[in-house]
Amino acid sequence: MKFEQWNGFKSGYWEDTIDVRDFIQKNYTPYEGDDSFLVGPTKKTQKLWQEVLDLYEKERKAGGVLAISNDIASTITSHEAGYIHKELEEIVGLQTDAPLKRALMPNGGIRIVEKSCEAYHTKISDTLSDIYHHYRKTHNDGVFSAYTPEIRAARSSHLLTGLPDGYGRGRIIGDYRRVALYGVDFLIQDKQQQFANARSNYMSEEVIREREEISEQIKALQDLKIMASKYGFDISQPASTAKEAIQWLYFGYLGAIKDQNGAAMSIGRTSSFLDIYIQRDLASGILTEDTAQELMDHFVMKLRLVRFLRTPEYDELFSGDPVWVTESIGGMGIDGRTLVTKNSFRVLHTLATLGPSPEPNLTVLWSTRLPIGFKNFCTKMSIQTSAIQYENDDLMRDYWGDDYGIACCVSAMRIGKQMQFFGARANLAKTLTYAINGGRDEVSGKQITPKFAPVTSEYLDYDEVWEKFDRMMEYVANIYMDALNIIHYMHDKYCYEALEMALHDKDILRTMACGIAGLSIVADSFSAMKYAKVKVIRDETGLAVDYEIEGDFPKYGNDDDRVDNIALNIQKTFMDKLRKQKAYRNAKPTMSILTITSNVVYGKATGSTPDGRKAGEPFGPGANPVHGRDTHGAVSVLNSLAKLRYKDSEDGISYTFAIVPSALGHSEKERIQNLTALLDGYFCQLSHHINVNVFDRSLLEDAMEHPEKYPQLTIRVSGYAVNFVKLTREQQLDVINRTIHGSI
Amino acid sequence: MVLGIRFVIFMQGCPLKCLYCHNRDTWDIKSGIEVSVPEIIAQIMRSKPYIDSSHGGVTVSGGEPLLQPKFVTALFKELKKLGIHTALDTAGSLPIENTIKELLNYTDLVILDIKHINNQKSIHLVGAPNKNNLDFAKYLSKHHIPMWIRQVIIPGYTDDEKDLKTLKAFIDTLESVEKVEILPYHDLGKFKWKEIGDTYALESVKAPTQEQLDAIKKILNIP
Repeated sequence: MKFEQWNGFKSGYWEDTIDVRDFIQKNYTPYEGDDSFLVGPTKKTQKLWQEVLDLYEKERKAGGVLAISNDIASTITSHEAGYIHKELEEIVGLQTDAPLKRALMPNGGIRIVEKSCEAYHTKISDTLSDIYHHYRKTHNDGVFSAYTPEIRAARSSHLLTGLPDGYGRGRIIGDYRRVALYGVDFLIQDKQQQFANARSNYMSEEVIREREEISEQIKALQDLKIMASKYGFDISQPASTAKEAIQWLYFGYLGAIKDQNGAAMSIGRTSSFLDIYIQRDLASGILTEDTAQELMDHFVMKLRLVRFLRTPEYDELFSGDPVWVTESIGGMGIDGRTLVTKNSFRVLHTLATLGPSPEPNLTVLWSTRLPIGFKNFCTKMSIQTSAIQYENDDLMRDYWGDDYGIACCVSAMRIGKQMQFFGARANLAKTLTYAINGGRDEVSGKQITPKFAPVTSEYLDYDEVWEKFDRMMEYVANIYMDALNIIHYMHDKYCYEALEMALHDKDILRTMACGIAGLSIVADSFSAMKYAKVKVIRDETGLAVDYEIEGDFPKYGNDDDRVDNIALNIQKTFMDKLRKQKAYRNAKPTMSILTITSNVVYGKATGSTPDGRKAGEPFGPGANPVHGRDTHGAVSVLNSLAKLRYKDSEDGISYTFAIVPSALGHSEKERIQNLTALLDGYFCQLSHHINVNVFDRSLLEDAMEHPEKYPQLTIRVSGYAVNFVKLTREQQLDVINRTIHGSI
Repeated sequence: MVLGIRFVIFMQGCPLKCLYCHNRDTWDIKSGIEVSVPEIIAQIMRSKPYIDSSHGGVTVSGGEPLLQPKFVTALFKELKKLGIHTALDTAGSLPIENTIKELLNYTDLVILDIKHINNQKSIHLVGAPNKNNLDFAKYLSKHHIPMWIRQVIIPGYTDDEKDLKTLKAFIDTLESVEKVEILPYHDLGKFKWKEIGDTYALESVKAPTQEQLDAIKKILNIP
């Protein structure tokens, strides 16, 4: 098949079979220069963006949620077209019929939807309530009809937290580029062929499920065409211009976010793909640099308007209304050419044309071999906005090739060829206190796990506690996997992501993405047992409720092998226990060290720990050291992080870093050079991820007092960026109390 | 010209008694911790990725590093074998003996704070005449050892126009000066004096204003 819309593109396999990577490789133009070609926003962009800012202001004044579409269960086709200001919009499409109006997606769980509505003083319509309470079972209902008492206990005691059992799991990236490159009809034909071939001698459960899922996918693609037609577009054919390519691609994504309220709805790796269309239009005179930037600005504006309806409890876990529209930028190709294009610059440049913003979650795939002009542009934008995260392309390329994207914060997956079952995280700090208390919760005193022998000595013995901790990890890994298997079985059954999966190959790799919280606390606890003396304080029932530490001990985050090796050992041991579990749909168990902002909630629910952390105090986020314990400067903490092994955490290792501008250098040029060098030095050691914040503590303190002065102040927290003023006060204090490095 | 990311070693002991010293805790040569060259090299190697990526290096500061020339020489020799840039942050306030000459053979850059160009004022401000410092600068110039000249600007002490002009004239006689820097006075090290139980003499001195600094930059021809 050859479409006229492909005129000017170089031929390849991609013409006969769905292969976006091949299209990119044959057609893209690497860009090795600097940022001098970039232009500012057009008048039209400025006008439209001002209208969006006004809407933001209204949303903030309304208490965080502007409006709720409370009488429609959202689907790809459920809402009529909506606009910000139709005449000004180059790229169109909203989740509902009005900007910032939130949709209801009850398939994940009706109670969550009702609670969210209540929190914002509205109610879902009686009809919807009737349907979801009496006729339509949800994912949430399914999960709780199968949970075991052990899982319920672990869940309510916060041994397992944030599980996607009442909300959409997300973390699936549809290959939205396929909509632009092939048009929807071609994709439907492909799926019809898959459907015809999905049979075997025996109609097994697997084959039946496959046939049903492909049917759902085909229907979703047909719905996508209907959705686009409401905006006056026929997307059955490939896109013929850059503007159409962005519009088609965005429609694909829009269909997904109308259909699913996923915890993270990432967009993939789109900017260099789009560059091919922009280059073609620049060459033929359809576009100028001004109008090219305008298209990207309008596209990004749409991504900044994505909203989901969530409960205040959810907000406590993942604060600041994040949706993780993660866009992966840059990286190197396996043939040695850089995948940086001019459009990699344009998408980052939206942080200047439209000002800083937490969304889309701009993620630079860093390689020490990236062109220096691009490296320095990234670090310049980081210094100006603190809105960018960096992940190690030299590391991940080995695992995932050169067309992977990041879902959510740190989860890499081959685009259109891989998905993950999101598994939130297990609380390792609690696993340790349970090991000491024989499975009784250190806060409530309740027996949560089967009875294990508790530690009874006055002082903690490293070897004894490690043995008990090892056994407790075994137990936790087992019920954790049980919970995830139930969750994802039910999500597939009651809340299947038909459109996102329609934009995948038929046979894909599935990972069971487990996670841990509290790594630094557990590492420091064992270090304290080994190098100092830890005395146990017990209550009248014999429950260990507090610890006194006599003497000093090495702390994780200071490049000290004595404790960093303990952290490594914990990481590997828990991962090995996950590897032993059988996962739903033959998924491959993986693990992340990532908390997002839930480190605060974890801390609240966890009693005192043997590292000296007191009950209720926050955990370090992700793989960060405990707040304030990394006292040896930036290089030392980066080195500690770099020791953790990606092979034992293939779902990502998140580190959040903050430094004051003056520590990076006196002049802007010096700061840019030093930050670039810092990233090169960090990533060449095969570390995985870093959130870079460059600011003074006083700025944040002022923003806490005068939020109205800082509507766009963006900071990186574990795995995503957030409007600082949208964080809860507790989380703001948590951020301010973190180590902000005053020197390298 | 930037020096990249640097591993900085603060040596214990100083023959001067600068009233504005911000490392008051380094004066006593008997305090601090003892480390061997292999130990410090092992630590430096942990920073090598950042030193390499930034074209940085190692800077030995103080205190006064010239008080322990044999140790610093041994360290710099090892660093040169490893291809690491070496810098010495000094006031040059010791006579140039052979051990120091040997050290300079392995020094890529000297960052020289000559304290005060006026001898009387030097005695008052840092407790010693400036002859050694000036001789040190001349020695570096004669042997083509690259140097950066640093002058701390303390209002009322080192900001006299005539002195600065004299300083400029002296710098102009030197051949290997790659850069001249002024460092605005700050009192961030004041608490260290209190910790030691010493009195801080510059209690009432304020940091120089940007206008003052700009004017001084003009005199010293700093861009």
